[in-house]
Amino acid sequence: MGVNRRDFLKIAGIAGLFGLSGRAAMDILAPGELEAAEKPVAPPGVKRWAMVVDSRKMDEALMDKCIEACHREHNVPNYGNPKEEIKWVWKEDYHHSFPGQQHAFIEEDLKHKEFLLMCNHCSNPPCCRVCPTQATFQREDGIIMMDMHRCIGCRFCMAACPFGARSFNWGDPWRVTRVEELKKLNPDFPTNRTYPTRSKGVVEKCTFCASRLARGEVPACVEAANEVTEGALIFGDLNDPESGVREALRKHYSIRRKPELGTEPNLYFIV
Amino acid sequence: MYDGGKIIVGLIACLAFFLSPFIYDAGTAAKAPKPVLTEKAKEAGECVNSTPYMKAWHMHLLDTWRHTVVRNDERYYSPRREARMARLDKNLFDQWRHFVSDGARRYVPKEDKVYYKSLQETCLDCHSNKSKFCDECHNYMGVTPYCWDCHIQPEEKK
Amino acid sequence: MLDTALKGRQGYWSWLIFLLALMGVGLGCYLYQFQEGLRITGMSRDVSWGFYIAQFTYLVGVAASGVMVVLPYYLHNYKAFGRITVLGEFLAIAAITMCLLFIFVDLGNPVRILNVILYPTPNSILFWDMIVLNVYLLLNLFVGWNVLSAERKGIPYRKWVKVLAYISIPWAFSIHTVTAFLYAGLPGRHFWLTAIMAARFLASAFCSGPALLILLCLIVRKVSRFDPGREQIRTLSGIVAYAMILNVFFFLLELFTAFYSQIPSHKIHFIFLFAGLEGYGKLAPWMWTATGFAILSLILLIVPATRRNLDTLAVACAAVVIATWIDKGLGLIIGGFTPNPFERVTPYWPTTPEIFITVGVWATGFFVLTVLYKMAVSVKEEVGA
Repeated sequence: MGVNRRDFLKIAGIAGLFGLSGRAAMDILAPGELEAAEKPVAPPGVKRWAMVVDSRKMDEALMDKCIEACHREHNVPNYGNPKEEIKWVWKEDYHHSFPGQQHAFIEEDLKHKEFLLMCNHCSNPPCCRVCPTQATFQREDGIIMMDMHRCIGCRFCMAACPFGARSFNWGDPWRVTRVEELKKLNPDFPTNRTYPTRSKGVVEKCTFCASRLARGEVPACVEAANEVTEGALIFGDLNDPESGVREALRKHYSIRRKPELGTEPNLYFIV
Repeated sequence: MYDGGKIIVGLIACLAFFLSPFIYDAGTAAKAPKPVLTEKAKEAGECVNSTPYMKAWHMHLLDTWRHTVVRNDERYYSPRREARMARLDKNLFDQWRHFVSDGARRYVPKEDKVYYKSLQETCLDCHSNKSKFCDECHNYMGVTPYCWDCHIQPEEKK
Repeated sequence: MLDTALKGRQGYWSWLIFLLALMGVGLGCYLYQFQEGLRITGMSRDVSWGFYIAQFTYLVGVAASGVMVVLPYYLHNYKAFGRITVLGEFLAIAAITMCLLFIFVDLGNPVRILNVILYPTPNSILFWDMIVLNVYLLLNLFVGWNVLSAERKGIPYRKWVKVLAYISIPWAFSIHTVTAFLYAGLPGRHFWLTAIMAARFLASAFCSGPALLILLCLIVRKVSRFDPGREQIRTLSGIVAYAMILNVFFFLLELFTAFYSQIPSHKIHFIFLFAGLEGYGKLAPWMWTATGFAILSLILLIVPATRRNLDTLAVACAAVVIATWIDKGLGLIIGGFTPNPFERVTPYWPTTPEIFITVGVWATGFFVLTVLYKMAVSVKEEVGA
């Protein structure tokens, strides 16, 4: 499969002797190989999960439904206080979703449009790079997972994430002093008795519903969205050329948040 | 020895201080509680592994479960496979664990059963009487596992 | 040598009891935080590091600055500093103690702190910071203690002490460089994403630390019979002057890049700090205060007459400490997090318990510092007598 590191170094070494460099060297010494290496080639059976948000099909009510489905699935309580807020998936307007992309004369629809945001499950995740305990890590299938049994609560990952996708449990939902207050805001908490709640001092975020994927189900938000509008959220395997996400990306113009940072987000937006 | 008397008195006072909890509690040892099984647990007749193993190593099992589920996405537990793997264990701690827990090494269930690794969905499904099955013994041992900080306890009938 | 710290006048004991009281209040507030979680602080999901981490960053600088007396003495054989190297090393010990405590109180799950060692992760800068800080603490403890006890016995210190002192010199630079890397390698935080971050950190460290050391020397001169020496203070004041000039220069470089390039994401944090954003400008008066003190200190430090006069020098040093503290202890962290990745402003201000915990940690540091300085000064008095 293409050029591996060893071969590349060999070619680079030989090229160096002849005073060649970069692309020219590759073209002469291994024609065609570089193009092959640039294309993602995955070992068979390995998945790379990604999501496409078809914003044309999304409206605020539908987004609220996705948010509710997710937060009920994962026992995310409403703290009634933006400072303590925990959000796995949320909505944000165009300007703040894609800072730097806005201008004064932007399409009227887009100006007021809200976008559904969540963890981008970046292929090159800065959060995993900085975590001192590997409590947040990248799975083979690309999902950025949180090990809440291990997290020490240093919040380095929150500083590293350029997308504000991470939330911290500033308090403990079960603390006796607050149970009454929280019960009022969340009368049926915990909403999912098969999923744990959280303790104070750990970071959490969207996991692409890893536990649902393990059962062969799609993420909760995808299920909720597609119940109303088919194809509003498309979830699938980027390594499979026939998958829904690949098809959607092939057919439509799509954007990602802050691609210039090189984190390679796996959340795509059709606008 | 300078101030020998003072030192000896001091030593005795220290010793008495550090032994005071034992002296205070002497002869009042509480009886070790026996874990109570629910009807469902009795009916099932067996846990995910042998009783001696579960008694001695359930915390280790749960620790392995949470680790392998979250980090490796391995969500099912097969005691047969585990027993087979145990023979291959080269790790000294694991060797000792199998030796101490007796049953673990030899316990190879006849049926090849597979369990979903979940404290909330699997363990507490049978052992829905947490206060009798878990807490009594934990309290007796003076341990407060923080599992319950997050994992939802079953609703028990009073 | 600890025996010397157990004998002191009334002033010494009242000072220690005062610090102990502050530590007690801090501990009480920390227990409250331990129970309730970090929700009792002013931090939020947008400004997820606050006062604690800011103090940590500032104090790493103070700790690193110990090298400014160690380097001339051991490397250039500048004999005059022999009198005060131990003061620099003991200041570093107190500062590192505070650094470690600030990291600890900032953790959401402090009981799991050993996970950093149980699951060592070399790709995390925090892992390296843990290593360099702890090793630096040990280096200073060994070197400072051994040199002082050798001085007490009137014998030259052992060879290996000198080896450790040599190691501690690049090590001091490493602690602040690694601390800068905590910030300077994060994509999307444009205020921190700057190659000059480590250099800026070192410059601000090498002015604020020695400035603090001068102030401490002046206090030691007042309360004890040990005189750190006029020449020593004069040399230190030169170091402070150069480092402060560099510090301000580096800051101006940042301003040039941000405002000449006119890149919004680079400008916006400075605008937030100095003018306020979206109606929130609580930091602006602080930043202008820092600017004022920085200018004042530069004038007093550059003009030879005011630099040589101990009274004006003390004012200059206090101004340096205040200016650099506001810059690093307030502006750096809050400014880096505001605006957030969505370009929204979430106000942050430390809460009362948060401030008490911070004061408690500072008191702990000063307690350590007082005891160590008492030992050093007593030994110096003994030898001098």
